[in-house]
Amino acid sequence: MSENEPLILGIETSCDETGVGLVRGHTLLADAIASSVDEHARFGGVVPEVASRAHLEAMVPTIRRACETAGVKPSDVDAIAVTSGPGLAGALLVGVAAAKGLALSLDKPLYGVNHLAAHVAVDTLEHGELPKGAVAMLVSGGHSSLLAVEDITEGVEPMGSTIDDAAGEAFDKVARVLGLPFPGGPYVDKAARDGGDRAYVTFPRGLTSQRDLERHRFDFSFSGLKTAVARWVEAKRRDGEDVPVNHVAAAFQEAVCDVLTRKAIDACKDRGYEHLLIGGGVAANSRLRQMAEERCAAAGIAVRVPRPGLCTDNGAMVAALGSELVRAGKTPSPLGLPADSSMPITTVLN
Amino acid sequence: MLLAFDTSSAAVTVALADPVSGNVLGSSTTVDALRHGELLAPAIAEVLATAGVGVKELTKIAVGTGPGPFTGLRVGLVTARTMADVLGIEVVGVCSLDILAKQSSLALPVAVATDARRKEIYWALYDGPAADGSRRRLEGPAVDKPAEVAHVLAGLPVIGRGAVLYGEVLGATATGASAGSAAGTIGAVGDEPEVVEYPSAEVLATGVVTGTLQVTAPDPLYLRRPDVTMSGGPKSVLPK
Ligand SMILES: [Zn+2]
Repeated sequence: MSENEPLILGIETSCDETGVGLVRGHTLLADAIASSVDEHARFGGVVPEVASRAHLEAMVPTIRRACETAGVKPSDVDAIAVTSGPGLAGALLVGVAAAKGLALSLDKPLYGVNHLAAHVAVDTLEHGELPKGAVAMLVSGGHSSLLAVEDITEGVEPMGSTIDDAAGEAFDKVARVLGLPFPGGPYVDKAARDGGDRAYVTFPRGLTSQRDLERHRFDFSFSGLKTAVARWVEAKRRDGEDVPVNHVAAAFQEAVCDVLTRKAIDACKDRGYEHLLIGGGVAANSRLRQMAEERCAAAGIAVRVPRPGLCTDNGAMVAALGSELVRAGKTPSPLGLPADSSMPITTVLN
Repeated sequence: MLLAFDTSSAAVTVALADPVSGNVLGSSTTVDALRHGELLAPAIAEVLATAGVGVKELTKIAVGTGPGPFTGLRVGLVTARTMADVLGIEVVGVCSLDILAKQSSLALPVAVATDARRKEIYWALYDGPAADGSRRRLEGPAVDKPAEVAHVLAGLPVIGRGAVLYGEVLGATATGASAGSAAGTIGAVGDEPEVVEYPSAEVLATGVVTGTLQVTAPDPLYLRRPDVTMSGGPKSVLPK
């Protein structure tokens, strides 16, 4: 780590995690997170007002914790980066206002960045410089996208995305059908690993038929899959049979990961890229990581997946993108920076 | 220097005051209910710059704690908390309805009613002003439908946006934003209606310096529980 590189503080509040990260160059110094997920669990989804209230309460303690962990003072920070969008409007607003409060008080530049681009940039903290030319697959409760990334500081080009549910949403809904807790991803993964038979049932692979590929080559659809699982489970219950939760979880997960990896590799081939980056909460899924490794190796594609803790929403990823933008000499955002709940993926810096 | 701001209403209001005399050195107010997050920080920067005061010269921050219906209420609170924390200075909160009550020049007990949206008002009742200009809060803050509390507010001059929106229900005069009421108290203080729609950061700042506003922790007065719809378990997807 070079002491000469600027120290970037990143704030993330687009959903239910209050994240504050500190990054110098490509080095992660602190990644403090406060999550309100337990407050949402009983509702089976994130409640925006609950998340916003929790962000306000968690903000100052999380900033303090990040500084303590990194052994720095707020006055050591050279620039502030914050998720400007996309995300929950009220939740974003808290983070953006806090970032402005810091920028004002410390008299340091402010960078309002795109949450999705930050999911891509976070990999620099684990694997260093991003490759020139890569496909990034972002899969979480809020997004499922394939992006072409030449230079993350310049922008990303959307190749495809989900036309209905996000991949993580499908995990949540299937978890509910199976009686597993929220958020569903980790529980479905665990149930599948606990002796689940991936071939027990074959669930549908959305948008993979020849006809669908013509129009939706790089798009995803998980709504039909979710419904298929629900029907299958309900039919079993109706007939008074036990539902083999582990097998269903494994078979569902297999269908999701099969489609994701197939399309991601196809996107790399289409662009002639030899690198695939995977980010977002679903990137923590063990089967997705395993399948991506195997299939990418066979296709001659290098796959980069950050460790699970960096795949989910956090402040480090925002600081990581901020670090890239500062290094590229980008102009900071104005103090009038908005919280932009529908910030387009093509905009990296607001 | 004392920096004061309030984002609990449709207005974003900022003021800078001398921490000893309470003299206001600069202020700014913009009414735009949808852009609190965009307006507050530039307004603070501008007020400081215009007064020629550096951010490191701040010694205290005072912020309105609501109640307020906009997500913007949190903009003021999180800005105050983060600024105070990194600057290592004190931060205090003041109930935004108290600020409004203090803005009334009426030498009478008053009611404050602000827009809580969803056809409701935030309200509180206050004593007449003491010699130092402070007013004791007698009831509230609370959130209710105007018709349900009209009898409580009856006969009192009503201060705030609620008087504009629900003047008739609350028994205020047709002057709308005036401090008048059905009891005609407006006549007792002159012919000009007193227009007090939004909290003023200038009043907040001087009130905190002179001790004529009661300070609390900078915690939001939500008064309502968050809206949530409980999940009703898995829905059937099989044909009926
Ligand atoms: Zn995310």
